[in-house]
Amino acid sequence: MRDISVQKITDALVQLVHSACLSLAPGVVDKLRQAELKEENDTARFALKTLIDNAQLASSNAVPVCQDTGMAVVFAEIGQDVRFVGGSFTDAVNEGVRRGYKEFYLRNSVLDPITRKNTGDNTPAIIHTSLVLGDKVKLTLLPKGFGSENMSKLYMLTPAAGVAGVMDKVVEAVFSAGSNPCPPIVVGVGIGGTADYAMLLAKKALLRDVGVASSDPQLAEMEQILLTRINDLGIGAQGFGGKTTALEVRIEKHPTHIAALPVGVAIQCNAHRVARTEVL
Amino acid sequence: MTKRVQLPISQEDMLSLKAGDPVLLSGKMLTGRDAAHKRIVEGLKDGSLSFDISGATIYYVGPCPAKPGDPIGSCGPTTSYRMDPYVPTLMDNGLKAMIGKGGRSKDVIDAIIRNKAVYFAAIGGAGAIYSQLVKEARVIAYDDLGTEAVREIEVKDFPVIVAIDHKGNCVYDR
Repeated sequence: MRDISVQKITDALVQLVHSACLSLAPGVVDKLRQAELKEENDTARFALKTLIDNAQLASSNAVPVCQDTGMAVVFAEIGQDVRFVGGSFTDAVNEGVRRGYKEFYLRNSVLDPITRKNTGDNTPAIIHTSLVLGDKVKLTLLPKGFGSENMSKLYMLTPAAGVAGVMDKVVEAVFSAGSNPCPPIVVGVGIGGTADYAMLLAKKALLRDVGVASSDPQLAEMEQILLTRINDLGIGAQGFGGKTTALEVRIEKHPTHIAALPVGVAIQCNAHRVARTEVL
Repeated sequence: MTKRVQLPISQEDMLSLKAGDPVLLSGKMLTGRDAAHKRIVEGLKDGSLSFDISGATIYYVGPCPAKPGDPIGSCGPTTSYRMDPYVPTLMDNGLKAMIGKGGRSKDVIDAIIRNKAVYFAAIGGAGAIYSQLVKEARVIAYDDLGTEAVREIEVKDFPVIVAIDHKGNCVYDR
């Protein structure tokens, strides 16, 4: 057993909020540059150049990349030999989000869905915990903008649909999202599990490092085929047309029921922000 | 060739703009998004609206808080279609220009044609750049809405694309 003070969790969250909201995830700017270089549509190229300039300005001036600094989605991998001391883990995460969003002048975007009254401090975070071997805590923050989140899709396909049916639905989700999620996007796909788990897998796929294909050869091939099909849609940067609608497609899978073929699609905007850390 | 347009937009400028044109906007505009639009429509219906939208430009944005000494924080556009249910009422009451991102409904396009108005697309995800181009900002209504309050902001050379022109031509259809 190893004791970890929840204060360390709060401090880690404050730092994650800072690094996630003021700069794009590593590799995104390079992807935008590659897209700009090959783009022939003037309007789309203008959009891509603006996004590259914006990322540089945000980093140098410590201004949020995008005003939608998101709902804080936190993934915590907790070693089963860890014992938290000094308070509640959940409260500590929320305190880190509260302090980080205030300290770095980030937007409070979270409200009650019925009364629409803002909570005033961007809490509560959405927290996904999983227990793993060991005595460390890995924290990942995905500040999720909702222009793209609103374009999420869940399809409960029948087994007859097969891999071809899955691919068609992913393309359909991106096509119907059109210009709304701030393309060029990152597409996360979760295949299998239950309805809720397929959506979680799709979200988790967004956490993968830029430029890293699935370790499963068949999924890696599907990612490439889907990226080509999505970019052939011609939606382009900001929906202005052109060659790059998506920067990447990532797929995760999990065993499912004999009756089912769930497919979750999570869409991330061009302001793809993820930060991670380890608490010892 | 990038055009420069002074706000409030003149009829002459309006009629010269074509879908796809890059434009630099300067002058005053209002900000408002989901919650503000709901209240503006209620205010137009019961006559309680405390500011004038006639001839105005409205920018769909919920900015980040301003750092000390700055007029505003990061302030790129939000997705426009969520405002579509309210927009025909605003345009029929004189709203002339909108700035947001993404496609619009047929009702909105019809209202743009009917009122000879224009819809501009700003670049979604470029909030840091846009914050540098806002010279002044002040809340003029619905302060309780926080980021969703209506602000009057003054901008200089604010880059946008004509997304839907007064004839209803749409950049997203091309």
